Amino acid sequence: MNIDNNQLLRFTTAGSVDDGKSTLIGRLLYDSKSIFEDQISAVENTSKQKGIDGVDLALFTDGLKDEREQGITIDVAYRYFTTPKRKFIIADTPGHVEYTRNMVTGASTANAAIILIDARNGVIEQTKRHAYIASLLQIPHIVVCVNKMDLVDHSEERFNEIVNQFEEFSSKLYIRDVRYIPISALNGDNVVNRSENMDWYKNSPLLNTLETLHISSDINKIDMRFAVQTVIRPQREGFIDYRGYAGRLQSGIIRVGDEVAILPSGFTSKVKSINAGEEFVEEAFAPMSISVCLEDDIDISRGDMIVRKNNQPETSQEFDVMMCWLNKEPSKPRTKYTIMHTSNEKKAMIKDVVYKMDINKFEKDEDDKTLNMNDIARVKIRTTHRLMIDEYRANRNTGSIILVDDSTKETIAAGMIV
Amino acid sequence: MNKYYLNYLDELESEAIFILREVWAQFQNPVILFSGGKDSILVTHLAKKAFYPAKIPFSLLHVDTGHNFPETIKFRDDLVKELGVNLLVGSVQESIDKGRVAEEKGKNATRNALQITTLLDAIEGNKIDCAIGGGRRDEEKARAKERFFSHRDDFGQWDPKNQRPELWNLLNGKHFEGEHFRAFPISNWTEMDVWNYILRENISIPSLYIAHEREVVWRNDSWIPNSEFLKLEDHEEIVTKKIRFRTLGDITITGGIESEADTLAKIVDEVSTMRQTERGNRTDDKRSETAMEDRKKEGYF
Repeated sequence: MNIDNNQLLRFTTAGSVDDGKSTLIGRLLYDSKSIFEDQISAVENTSKQKGIDGVDLALFTDGLKDEREQGITIDVAYRYFTTPKRKFIIADTPGHVEYTRNMVTGASTANAAIILIDARNGVIEQTKRHAYIASLLQIPHIVVCVNKMDLVDHSEERFNEIVNQFEEFSSKLYIRDVRYIPISALNGDNVVNRSENMDWYKNSPLLNTLETLHISSDINKIDMRFAVQTVIRPQREGFIDYRGYAGRLQSGIIRVGDEVAILPSGFTSKVKSINAGEEFVEEAFAPMSISVCLEDDIDISRGDMIVRKNNQPETSQEFDVMMCWLNKEPSKPRTKYTIMHTSNEKKAMIKDVVYKMDINKFEKDEDDKTLNMNDIARVKIRTTHRLMIDEYRANRNTGSIILVDDSTKETIAAGMIV
Repeated sequence: MNKYYLNYLDELESEAIFILREVWAQFQNPVILFSGGKDSILVTHLAKKAFYPAKIPFSLLHVDTGHNFPETIKFRDDLVKELGVNLLVGSVQESIDKGRVAEEKGKNATRNALQITTLLDAIEGNKIDCAIGGGRRDEEKARAKERFFSHRDDFGQWDPKNQRPELWNLLNGKHFEGEHFRAFPISNWTEMDVWNYILRENISIPSLYIAHEREVVWRNDSWIPNSEFLKLEDHEEIVTKKIRFRTLGDITITGGIESEADTLAKIVDEVSTMRQTERGNRTDDKRSETAMEDRKKEGYF
């Protein structure tokens, strides 16, 4: 098998057991032959103990002890499968409102989101919440799976009705690419194999859709941003003067000879050489991990950003973010937190909560100024030093931040710069 | 170069290098947990790339159960010499001699669980604030929920229900004195990815992974190698088979499979048609449904 061009696609599935989410993931894994015999026999045994005929596909995604006892997903679980065309990583997240933070976590690195709708119920509050989070986190592709089509007689009319419902409310959201697939996860219709019960549906089944989504443009290749993680100084023979700035390109393309600016100092230089591992290369692109040597000897350290001279990010100490509160401890006004942004780290505080978003009703609340776990809000942030930022919509990697509480060292909030 | 996207192995490599560099930048005294197995060899190989042309800036920490395959120890020593890195050894035998732990009794006794104490002692004794492991999320259901940066309290314990959320590429390694982190740069790799990458990069691995003739005994549905630690039951019999190992652990509990795969390319072919999980031959995981989760909470890797 030639794997040289096979890409990696990360997708997230949000939903509850009732939507058939676990069954769908189980079906994808099972039909793509990604499950081993000992796992199948373990699940067959458990199915039997629970008095279920055959294999309960949902059991393949069973997690920690507590989750199995309660029959719910608590945390983000990652699953893997590979087809001859792509490798897939599923971030499987729970769908209830009290787990918004886990959905946001799973969505943060995803290329695609699968939103499950029960064909009997159509678009419900939970669907809207998932779509809102997918658009907030700017997941590039959304695949709406209308599940349990077998329970509505595989009706094309019902499917179209639901598509219209989704189109109607999602027109208010910022979604770039959305497609709709009628499926039955339980019976395997349009998941891996084309359905024989829905010949009116002419597009691809789910797996083929995931295999062919155009994802190489998901990462910004225009604006070169390179945040320095660490400096490599070998101080050994042959490399006495080597001073490599190591990092993972956040976005864009960097080439030997490029005229660059180093932020925040503003000094300029030229790219002398680029290393990808042990190899010297002429150019590199996001998301490659590289190290870069410059023509001039400039004092550069972790947190600095190398960019192209004529394409620079905004440098600012005050900006707005859409924030998701992740911690049990509510936000404290005018408290200093640590803000982490690319490889940079400074102090910051929340100056103001502009509004809180009720993600079930799409309503703004401008009066409540305290952020509790799972809240989503627009806030004003002030930092002690300037950060080199881009709008999250233009650049996921330089437009995202987290806040850390210095008294507990925990990650308490995630934000997208607007 | 004219395509501007990575294939999946390059993307996994880039992610792992990013995490290794982040460990170096955020911690004072990080080490690589080195077992001599393919996953920790892979992590070491990736660390070499991450810091090239400098040497790997981490020491290797080996938790030595005393029940090793002789091949593993030789491989470890050769690699340490080649890379010029520092080797730390935590000895389970020493922990037993000092009375820190007691040897398990019975037929399926292993030193697997005893490693936890030795590991935590080594971490504390060497003031290690981050131990980099080769754990993968596809290995086992408890590992599926592990973070890249996984927090351990001052007793070395993992609390799966209270993990720090990990978003984008922003890794939070902040901790209090006495606490430490485990870092898992190859979290997103599957067994197949590891083998494909080893083949592509031509990484040398212990000969145990490659099919060879060996004295073995059939026990717990797999071929357990003969060694000085093996106690034969009445009905058991030592035979010679052509086998290889999919994972390497204690010689007492690591079962081999019959195989003709005597090159890396043949192993990749074999793994791609394999219908059993790789840890299926590890008796330590067969003890209960949650054997791995329970050990991990205590401080296991």
